[in-house]
Formats: sequence, structure tokens, C-alpha cells
Amino acid sequence: MMYIIQTALELGFAYALVSMALFLSYRVLDIADLTTDGCFILGAAVSVSLAASGHPILAIPAAMLAGAAAGFVTAFLQTRLGVPSILAGIVTNTGLYTINLMAMGWSSNLSLLKQATIFTMFRKTGIGGDWYELIIIAGLTILASLFLIWFLSTRIGLSIRATGDNQDMVRASSVNPKFTITVGLCIANALTGLSGAIVGQLQKSTDINGGTGIVVVGLACLIIGETVVGRRSIRQNVAAVIVGSIIYRFLYAIVLKTGIVPIEGLKLVTAIVVGLAIAMPTLKDFIAFQKKKNAALRQKGGR
Amino acid sequence: MLHINHVSKTFNPGTINEKKALSDLSVHLNPGDFVTIIGSNGAGKSTLFNAVAGSFYVDEGSISLNGQDMTFLPEYKRSRIIGHLFQDPLKGTAPHMTIEENLALAFLRTSRGNAPFSRITKKDREMFGERLRLLNMGLEDRMTQPVGLLSGGQRQALTLLMATIIPPKLLLLDEHTAALDPGTAEKVLKLTRDIIAENKITCMMVTHNMHQALELGNRTFMMSEGRIVLDVSGEERANMTVQTLLDRFREDTGNELDNDRILLAK
Repeated sequence: MMYIIQTALELGFAYALVSMALFLSYRVLDIADLTTDGCFILGAAVSVSLAASGHPILAIPAAMLAGAAAGFVTAFLQTRLGVPSILAGIVTNTGLYTINLMAMGWSSNLSLLKQATIFTMFRKTGIGGDWYELIIIAGLTILASLFLIWFLSTRIGLSIRATGDNQDMVRASSVNPKFTITVGLCIANALTGLSGAIVGQLQKSTDINGGTGIVVVGLACLIIGETVVGRRSIRQNVAAVIVGSIIYRFLYAIVLKTGIVPIEGLKLVTAIVVGLAIAMPTLKDFIAFQKKKNAALRQKGGR
Repeated sequence: MLHINHVSKTFNPGTINEKKALSDLSVHLNPGDFVTIIGSNGAGKSTLFNAVAGSFYVDEGSISLNGQDMTFLPEYKRSRIIGHLFQDPLKGTAPHMTIEENLALAFLRTSRGNAPFSRITKKDREMFGERLRLLNMGLEDRMTQPVGLLSGGQRQALTLLMATIIPPKLLLLDEHTAALDPGTAEKVLKLTRDIIAENKITCMMVTHNMHQALELGNRTFMMSEGRIVLDVSGEERANMTVQTLLDRFREDTGNELDNDRILLAK
């Protein structure tokens, strides 16, 4: 039981970074960034490869840098070359498949055997006892969230937020939306890369197809968190992302343990939940309109 | 100060929708000028503003401000020294950001040498509060609320404050009170006057109210078919009535002024 809680917390914090990235791209910039799936594996591939060659710590910033580079490609395609934003993400994502294979030494999966990871290195310090993994992951995630909260209150951060909110106003505020979108997507994908890097070293392996559907899971966590915590301020939003991700991993663990839903079916359930949650405002409007219409028709008929 | 030299702009050239919006327009503004602009629908008033603000590049001619050639400067660079307000109060503010954050963005665009990671300080926040108090709308107590909760008039007043929090070299007001109810419009107009007078901002303002056009500022342009057909200032302007203004327009263009809103506002 303790093991399940521990794992759920670890994965919750680790994958929270993906949701944080989606918060930045989808909520703040209002761009559905489909680079995420490939970018996550890119982070994992870079991280595991570098750990395999004896640089587990360097692996973390390297994975973030690789993620930022992927984000830059997507941003370049859409801001400078006029590729529609969704397509830009898909194009980059497809290209990343080859890049990821390359990063893994042209093999479709890569495992760490005896090589050190950030986790094994930290374990030797003896801090945290059995919870050493959680301490590192939670530490990195909280650090990233503090950075994000700070960043979004700086001039460039405010500019990025305004870009997703009102493009007219942004240009009148001496902000180049092409630049803000680029910076925003670079940071978002650096966060996704960091998530991949942590998960890769935690699980001591990575698989070329391991990223499939990460973007939908990330959105699910984002929506769960926003529903539970709320989204009134940036701080609340960032906290929501972490809480949502942890809740999702607990639900995942319960499903896994009890078998309410066969584990193969979990992605479908997640997809349905995300689809419905995003459709909710439209569905609400539709229901409200139907009610009004029916009420009006009834009144007319009664006259 | 502002030099517009032989500027032309045609939209959709070579198509059935071709429209010559600015036609060899030249004008020169002195520092501290407050120009009111009137003209028929489609006379090129907004196009002139958009050309100066940089929403598009002109086909011919040049535009310079304070000796700096801006003809090919992108809009986001010009907006450091040019403030631009639109008729639509929703255009000038970010609805999901708070009043304070909107002001911060406007303030930081010029105040800290444009450093990307600059933030507002406690002192700046107090200054925002003081400025908001001058609007007399109670916004100083709502600084952490999203702007989307404000009324159109409040949003336009905030936009005005944002555009002038660091006084711009040039302020463009494109019928910025036209979408507001009369009481609020009056209030925003008074604010505009005060802010411009206090900071001696050079300003151009499009209006459809002829009285307003003659009463405000020190100079009036009348536009027609992409040109400035009438440019009055000084004594001539001081002695002008709405009727003489209309007569001059007819004399100079051979047309009646056909802006129904102008005629209604007469």
C-alpha cells in the first residue's frame, strides 16, 4: 500500500511538469502544442543516453535544452513560416521520432543497468530514507513551478500571457508576438523535456513509443487540477497542475490495482474524459439554449 | 515632430475590391499639436492612424517621428513611442489579466530599458494606485481583479491610462469614446483632455462630433478620399462654426459630408 502511494506521488510530481508545460502553451498562450509526445521521449532519450555514458546530472539540463530546441522548431514553423500551430506541432513531433531514435543510438529502447542515475547518487547520501526518489522529483518540480510563477510576473512573462489573451493589445504594448510565442514554446517544451528526463532516469529505461498520448494525459491532469483547485491566479493554476497530476496517478493506481477498467482501456477513458471536459462550455451553452427554446415553444403552444 | 510625406496605400490591389485608402497624403505636426480629424465613412481616417502606428506598411512615401524614419519599423517597435486607442474598448486590454498586470505590461514596455526580466516594484504599484484614483472609477481598489470584469467605459479609461502611463511621443485616438454611453464618454473625454494637457502630448483624435472637433485641440483636419482636404488652425479655426465647417467641406470637395453619424451628432 505504502509502495502504491509512493509511486503515485513520484509519478504525479514527475508528470506534473508535462501538465505545467501544457498550462503554459494551451492555457496561457492558447496554442495546442502537439510537440509534447515526441518532446517527452526526447527528454527521456537524452537523459538516459547521457546517464548511460556516465553523466546523469548533466543529463537533466541537456534534456531540457533538447526540449527547448524542439519547442523552437515548432515555434519557428508557426511564427516565421506560417504553418498552422497544430500542424507545426505534428510536423515537429513526426520529425522527433527519428531524432529520438538517434538520441537512443538507433535503437528503439534503451535501459540503464548498473550506471548511476541522479536517484542512485542521491540515495548514497542517505537523506529521506525510502523516500529519496520522491524528494528529488518533488524538489525539481517545485523548483520548476516557482520559476514559472516568477517568470510569468516579469515583463516577458506578462507579454507571453497577453499574447494568448489579446494579440491587438500586445502589439500596442511593444511586444513582438512572434518572439513571445517562441519563448513560451521553448520554455514549455523544456519543462516537458525535464519531465521525460526525470521519468527516464527513474524507470532506468526509455522506449521510442513511450510518449504516445502524453499530451492527452497531461491535459487530463490540468483539467482535474483546475476543477479541484481552481484557476483564479497564476499561483493557483500552477498548484492545480501538480495536484491534478497526483490525483490522476492515484486514480491510475486504483484502476491498476482493482481492475475496474482494464488497463488497456485507460487511454480511451482518459481521452473521453478530456474530450468531454474541453467540450463542457459548448455543451452547457447547448443545453441552456435548448431549455430556453423548449420553454418558449411551450408558452407559445399554451396560448 | 510627425512628418508624413506623400504616403499612399491601396488595399487589395488588382482585385475587384481594390480600394485606394490613402492617396499621396502629406502632413506635418508640430510638437504639442492636438489635432481633431473628421471625415466621411471610408475617408481614410483610421487608415491614416494605422499607417502611422504601423499596422501595415505604406505602398509609397515615408513617415518619420522626431526625426526617426519609421516607414519600415514594425508596429511593436513603434508602440514604444506611439499610443493607439481604438473605438472598441476590448482591443486595448488583456481580459484575463488583472488591472495591475495590464498596467505593469504598459509601464514596463518603456520604463526599464525594455529588460525582459524586469518586474514592477512596490513603489510602482503605489503609483498605479494613485493614477487609478485619478480616474474616479474605484479601480484602485480592484487592482487584483481581471480586466474582463470591468465595463466598457472602465476598460477604455484603463487603456487610456496604459497608453499614457509613460507619456508617448504621439497619441492616436480613433473615436475612442464612440462606443461608450454618453455619460461615460464625457468622463473619458475629460480624462483624455486632462492627461494630454498635463503631459503636453502631441495627439491626433478622430471624432464624429463636429462640435467636439472644433472645441477640442488646436487644429482640425477634414479628410476625404484618402486625403486631408481641410487643415485649419489658429484664428480661422477659432471663428469657425459647425455650419461654416460643413460649407468649407462642400466647397473643397464638391460633396456633401455623408457620414450619417456626423449628421446625427450635429
